[in-house]
Amino acid sequence: MNAILEFLHSDLFFMIWTTLAKSAGLLGVVLGMVSYTVYAERRVSSLMQDRLGPNRTGFPLSLLGFGIKDWSPILGGLGQPIADAVKLLLKEDFTPAYVKKFYYWIAPALGIAAAIISLAVIPFGSSIAGVPMVIANIGIGPLFIFAISSLGVYGIVLAGWSANSKYPFLGAIRSTSQLISYELALGLSVVPLFLIIGKLNLVEIVHYQVQNGWMLLPGITAGKLPTLSQIVCWIPILISFLVFTIAMFAETNRLPFDLPEAETELVGGYHTEYSSMKFALFFLGEYTAMITGSSLIITLFLGAWHFPGIPDGSMAGWPGVLWGLVNIGVFFTKVFAFLIFFIFIRWTLPRFRYDQLMKLGWIWLFEIALVNIFLTALIVAFVH
Amino acid sequence: MSPILFWIFTALMLGFGAATLINRNPVASALSLVVSLLGLSALFFSLDAYFIGVIQILVYAGAVMVLFLFIIMLLDLKAEQRRQLSLPVLLGGAAVTALFVTQIVLVVRSFHAGNQSFPPLASKFDDASNIGNMLFSHYNLPFQVIGVLILVASIGVVVLSKRELN
Repeated sequence: MNAILEFLHSDLFFMIWTTLAKSAGLLGVVLGMVSYTVYAERRVSSLMQDRLGPNRTGFPLSLLGFGIKDWSPILGGLGQPIADAVKLLLKEDFTPAYVKKFYYWIAPALGIAAAIISLAVIPFGSSIAGVPMVIANIGIGPLFIFAISSLGVYGIVLAGWSANSKYPFLGAIRSTSQLISYELALGLSVVPLFLIIGKLNLVEIVHYQVQNGWMLLPGITAGKLPTLSQIVCWIPILISFLVFTIAMFAETNRLPFDLPEAETELVGGYHTEYSSMKFALFFLGEYTAMITGSSLIITLFLGAWHFPGIPDGSMAGWPGVLWGLVNIGVFFTKVFAFLIFFIFIRWTLPRFRYDQLMKLGWIWLFEIALVNIFLTALIVAFVH
Repeated sequence: MSPILFWIFTALMLGFGAATLINRNPVASALSLVVSLLGLSALFFSLDAYFIGVIQILVYAGAVMVLFLFIIMLLDLKAEQRRQLSLPVLLGGAAVTALFVTQIVLVVRSFHAGNQSFPPLASKFDDASNIGNMLFSHYNLPFQVIGVLILVASIGVVVLSKRELN
């Protein structure tokens, strides 16, 4: 009995339950965000194409005792993600006879697992009651994300191969070569950032930005004008931001780089043979990868949870717990803004041709990122 | 780290390493090797060598093995699965294994530096910057030489693959 009580008061137990709580909370928020990003995608695209989009499915509020029958002008469409999820879960899960069963089953799980695991190192808030709002504070955060998201390609490759038919296979091959090409640009483009900050830990990178202004907006910290070295460093940072964002679009298979699942050429690409919840897992994985990518961009370049204009990131006079929650809110607001940017790009630009995509990756982005590293090294050596 | 985790990851690594060899299907072999590499990097993580662990995943599991899988999928797998093992191949394999095991045993016996215990590391240990400092100060020349070597090799690959076959 005493041993159990001792364990319940120990640091280990505290760490275990706070980590579990943080993981569950983050997963809940991110998966909720995924379903509403899908909804936002459909509404924004219809807005851009002068349509209405899904605006009917509301919540059955009359069941809860609200008198008014039709709330659709107010809540119209907001129930759509829930209806979609129910539809996908209840649909017949059809497995074609000619697929390689084991790999066909494991592929969707691999795809989404990679996207979710990389969330573990993202600092999504400052701290609440002394508990830092990051699940795993490890010294090599960005590398961890690159490593885990490079494993996500196995989901796509196996899906395409196990389906045993042409179009999925073409999708899988395209995806593999695309991911390998863009991973180089993705990894190299952020090296200038680490040269300037001198840290690889995401939590410390955020603290650096809280103290010295965001990497992309050095003047954002109130009462501090950007110094000369910050202004000079801003040029490589901007280049690195652009390259990183473009490579992130390719890495998450978003238009204009969605060649692996180009509907007009490959039916559905690697997930042509999938239906029901297995298809939904690919769908979830893609959007979760979008959220992970946006979170990484925001953490590296846009100050993560830092509320703009607050000098040291803490608000005097506010209760700590409340301010911690505000910081989490700031983080997810930024992520959501970036997701809307992803959506705008998707419905604005046409798809690249495959050779153009390869050329952009290998001849432009890779070289720009490499030259940018030398430029930054020179700046750091002589100015910084 | 807890010894339970050590045994779990070691079992994972060795089990899937054996599966790499035993599986007749090349895709299954390649994937087993990926899991084995993940187990190995988990062991690195547990030794606080995060940098090496993550590079292990990034380079081997994430890039090299993806290329392997890519090539394997383009091959005719049925021919590979039908192939029978012959007696000379088995004998040769056994001989090489025996030689290798003997060598390992002999080396480990005479490797005294591996038998002594070292003091534990400080709790906040920045392995990435340590590796960087070591590479660029103490081992600077070998590091540069390897860099040039890799550059030459990659230029060679481009030249060889661009050459027209006539």
